[in-house]
Amino acid sequence: MAGLATSFGSGAMTNSISEIAQAQLLLLVGTNTTEAHPVIGYKMRQAARRGAKLIVVDPRRIELAGEADHWLRIRPGTDIPLLNGLMHIIIEEGLYDHSFIAERTENFEALKETVKKYTPDCVARLTEVPVEDLRQVARLYANTDRAMIFYTLGITEHVCGTSNVMSIANLAMLTGHLGRPGTGVNPLRGQNNVQGACDMGALPNVYPGYQRVSDPAARAKFQEAWGVALSGDIGLTIPEMFDRANAGEIKAMYILGENPVLTDPNSNHIRSGLKKMEFLVVQELFFTETAEYADVVLPAASFAETDGTFTNTERRVQRVRKAIEPLAGRANWQTIMALSAKMGYPMHYRSPEEIFTEMAALTPSYGGISYARMEENGIQWPCPTSDHPGTPYLHARLFTRGKGLFQGIDHIPPAELPDSVYPFLLSTGRILYHYNVTTPYSAGINSIWPEEYAEVNPDDAARLSLETGNRVRVASRRGELFTKIQVTDRVPPGMIWMSFHYRESPANVLTSDAVDPISKTGEYKVCAVSIERA
Amino acid sequence: MELVKLTIDGKEVQVPAGTTVLNAAEQLGIHIPRLCHDPDLSPFGACRLCVVEIQGMRSLPASCVTAATPGMVVNTDTPAVHEARQTILELLMANHPQDCLTCEKMGDCRLADYCYQYGVKKSTFTGERQRHIADDGNPFIVRDPDKCILCGKCVRACAEITGKDNLDFAYRGFKTKVATFGDAPFLESECVFCGSCVSVCPTGALMEKPMQGKARRWELDRVKTTCPFCGTGCNFDLCVKEGQIVGAASNLGSAVNGRALCIKGRFGWDFVYSDSRLKTPLIKKDGEFVPATWDEALDLIADRLKDIRQKNGPEYFAALSSARCTNEENYLLQKFVRTVMGTNSIDHCART
Repeated sequence: MAGLATSFGSGAMTNSISEIAQAQLLLLVGTNTTEAHPVIGYKMRQAARRGAKLIVVDPRRIELAGEADHWLRIRPGTDIPLLNGLMHIIIEEGLYDHSFIAERTENFEALKETVKKYTPDCVARLTEVPVEDLRQVARLYANTDRAMIFYTLGITEHVCGTSNVMSIANLAMLTGHLGRPGTGVNPLRGQNNVQGACDMGALPNVYPGYQRVSDPAARAKFQEAWGVALSGDIGLTIPEMFDRANAGEIKAMYILGENPVLTDPNSNHIRSGLKKMEFLVVQELFFTETAEYADVVLPAASFAETDGTFTNTERRVQRVRKAIEPLAGRANWQTIMALSAKMGYPMHYRSPEEIFTEMAALTPSYGGISYARMEENGIQWPCPTSDHPGTPYLHARLFTRGKGLFQGIDHIPPAELPDSVYPFLLSTGRILYHYNVTTPYSAGINSIWPEEYAEVNPDDAARLSLETGNRVRVASRRGELFTKIQVTDRVPPGMIWMSFHYRESPANVLTSDAVDPISKTGEYKVCAVSIERA
Repeated sequence: MELVKLTIDGKEVQVPAGTTVLNAAEQLGIHIPRLCHDPDLSPFGACRLCVVEIQGMRSLPASCVTAATPGMVVNTDTPAVHEARQTILELLMANHPQDCLTCEKMGDCRLADYCYQYGVKKSTFTGERQRHIADDGNPFIVRDPDKCILCGKCVRACAEITGKDNLDFAYRGFKTKVATFGDAPFLESECVFCGSCVSVCPTGALMEKPMQGKARRWELDRVKTTCPFCGTGCNFDLCVKEGQIVGAASNLGSAVNGRALCIKGRFGWDFVYSDSRLKTPLIKKDGEFVPATWDEALDLIADRLKDIRQKNGPEYFAALSSARCTNEENYLLQKFVRTVMGTNSIDHCART
C-alpha cells in the first residue's frame, strides 16, 4: 500500500477484475493467482486462451506458467533488478511513452539515471533470466496498448517490498500503462477484507479514509464526530507492538480475529511478547495458538452470522448478509459496543448499517455509498456523493497525488540468504485448498488436504535421498519444524516452498523477522533453512 | 455494427448480425426451452430441445446454434415444434432412472420442469438403460452418470469457466458418458472442486455432496453474501433451512464472479459449524480456562483495561484488528481504541 500511495497517491488496484477481459497483455509478478485468487485466475486463463499475451514472473512453476507466453524463472528477491532491467531496455530502445511521461509524471530523470546501471547482462546475472527473454518481454510490454500488471505478496513480503511496488509503478508509468480500462497496476489483496480494514483505519497512522492522525484538521474532525480528545501520536505497527511487548512496554492487548503466533514471522518472538503482557483479550472463532496466551477469550461471530460489508481487491464495497444467528449469541459489533459502554463510552448503533452510515459520513471515498446503493452489485470507491456511480479504474486524467512520481530504486538483496549452515532458500505462500487459518476447520477440505507437503526440487531430493512422503526436519536460525515433503520441479534447485496453513508445521517459526522499513511487512518470501530427513 | 431484422412469433426484432435465433427471441421476452444452452458457455446444439420452425427450412433447426438472417420468419411454438420437444424429452426419459421422488435435484431440475411443461409423464420408449456407478468418493461432488443427459454443459464449464479441461465425453454411442482423463474418480483427477460443473448441470447428475439428504430445494432460503476467503469478493448464496446453513450455491447476479466460485467459496462454509468453534467466553483462572458469562468476561476486561490505562497510560495498550472482519467491525474497533483507550496503536496483519 505504501508503495503505490507514494507513486500514485492511492494504494489500491487501479483497475477492475472485469477489465482482465479487455487487456491484451497480463504481466503477473509474484502472484500464484489460480491458487490464491482462483476466480481471478480463471479470468486470466480465459484471457490468455482468447489471445492475450501472458507473462509470468515467478521462481516457482505455478499453474499459469504453463499457459504463459513467457515464464521468467527469477531468482527470489531480485524483482528490482528485473524491473530496472526491463526499463533499461525500454529506455535504450526508445520504447517509452514520451508524452505520458511529460504530461502526467515527474522525476523521470532520476529513474533514467538509476536504471542506466541495470544493463541486460548485469540483470541476467542477478536474476538468472536470460538476456533474450528480458528483451522480448520488455518490447512486448512496452509495445502493447492495454497491459495489466498483477502482483501480490510475492512482491510485498520482502525487506524491499515497498521498493518493489514502486518499481512496478515506475514500469507502468514509463510506458503509459495507466489511467485507462484494461491497463494498470493491480495488487491482489490476499484476504477478504484487507482493502476494507485499511480503508477503515485499522492502521496506526490513519483514521478511516487514510486521513492522517498527525493532521490537526483530520484530528479535529474526528474529535468532533466522536466527542472525545484524540491522540495525535502515530501508534505502533505489529512488529513494533511485539518488540515493545518483549521489552515490557505493552501491558495489555485486544486481538480481534488474528492469530499472530501462526501468521506473523518469527513466532517465538511473538510468543514471548504475549507471555510478558499483563492482560490479553482474544476474540476469535476458534481456540487459536494466540488464544492460549489470553486472560479472556471472547467467541467471535463468523461472516454468516452478521450483517456488514467487505471491500474487495478492486475497491468494491459489497454486502455481507446474516444467514444464521450468532452461534455464541452476539455479533462482534455488539461485543465491542458492550465493552465500550462498560468502559464509560456508550455507542448507540442499532445495526451494522448505522455504523456504516456514520463511517461513510467521515470517509470521503465512501461518502456516497449506502447499504441501499450497494444492494445489487456493490459500489467501487472512490464514490464521494450519493449520485456518483463509483470508480471502475483510477487515475483517469490525474493521479490521486497529481503527477505520478518516478523514483530511482536500487537493488536491495533479501536480509538472509542461504549459506553453508542453512543452504536452502525457503519461500512460503498459500495453496488452493486452504485459506490462512479458517479452512482447516472445514471438515471436507481438511479431510483431503490435512497436512503440509513442502516442495523440494528433484535434484536436491536425490542428493538428500528424499522421496515424496518422507518427513523432514526444517530448521532456520529462529526455529525448526517437521513436515512431509513432495518432490517436484515446481521449485528450482536450492529452494523449498511451504504453505502456512498448518499448525502442526507452522512455517512462520522459520521465517525471518526482517521487515520492510516502510510498510513493516515481514519478509515471508525469503529466508535460509536447512533440511534433513527426520 | 450490422443489424439484422427478423420476425419471431409474429413480432419484429432487430439484432446484431451473428446473434442466434434463441438470443433474438430472448430479446422479445420469448423463452425457448433449452437444456444444453447457457449464456456463460459456448453454443453447443446438443439437446435439440430449442428447435423452432423457420420458414423455408425443411427440418426444425436448433435455435441456439442458428444465426438470425435478414427477413427470417421464426415460429417457436408450433404443433410440430411441440411434438418434437415431447419426443426429445421422451427419449431422454427412456434412459433416466426416474427416481424423482427422492432425487436431490427435485424442485430445481430442468428436465423435470420441461417434462411437466410438455406433459411427458412416462416414456413410450423402452429398452436398455445406462447403468453406471456413481462417483461419491470425495466430500464435495456426487456424480451420478445415470442421470446425465449428455448436454455437455459440465464439459464446457470446466474448460471455459475454470479452464481445467478435466472433463470430456468418453466412449461411443449408447456407452457415451462424461468422464475425467482415464475415467478416474474426481478425487484422482485434475479436478479442483470449484463446482462450476455442479452449478450448470440441468439434472441430478452432478450434485453438492454436503447438501445430500439435508433439504428439498424449495425449503431453502437463499441469502446472498460475500465470500470470506481471499480478496476477490465473489458473491454466492448461503442456502439456509430452519436457521441452519446446508450449502452454498452460485448466484448468477454476482458482480465479480457470476456463477464461478472456487472450492473454498462453494464448499468451505462448513468451518462455521466446526466443533472447535468457541461458543462461550472463557476466563483464565489459575492457568485454566473456565467458561464465563458475557457480562463476567466483559466486566473483567473493562476493569483490567481501565486499570492499565490509568496506571501505565494509553501507550501501554495496543490492539489488532482483522482483514477477515467486516468494515463495520474494523471501524468500531479502531474507534474503540482511539476514543476509549486513547491510543492509535491499532494494526492488522495485512498492511501492505
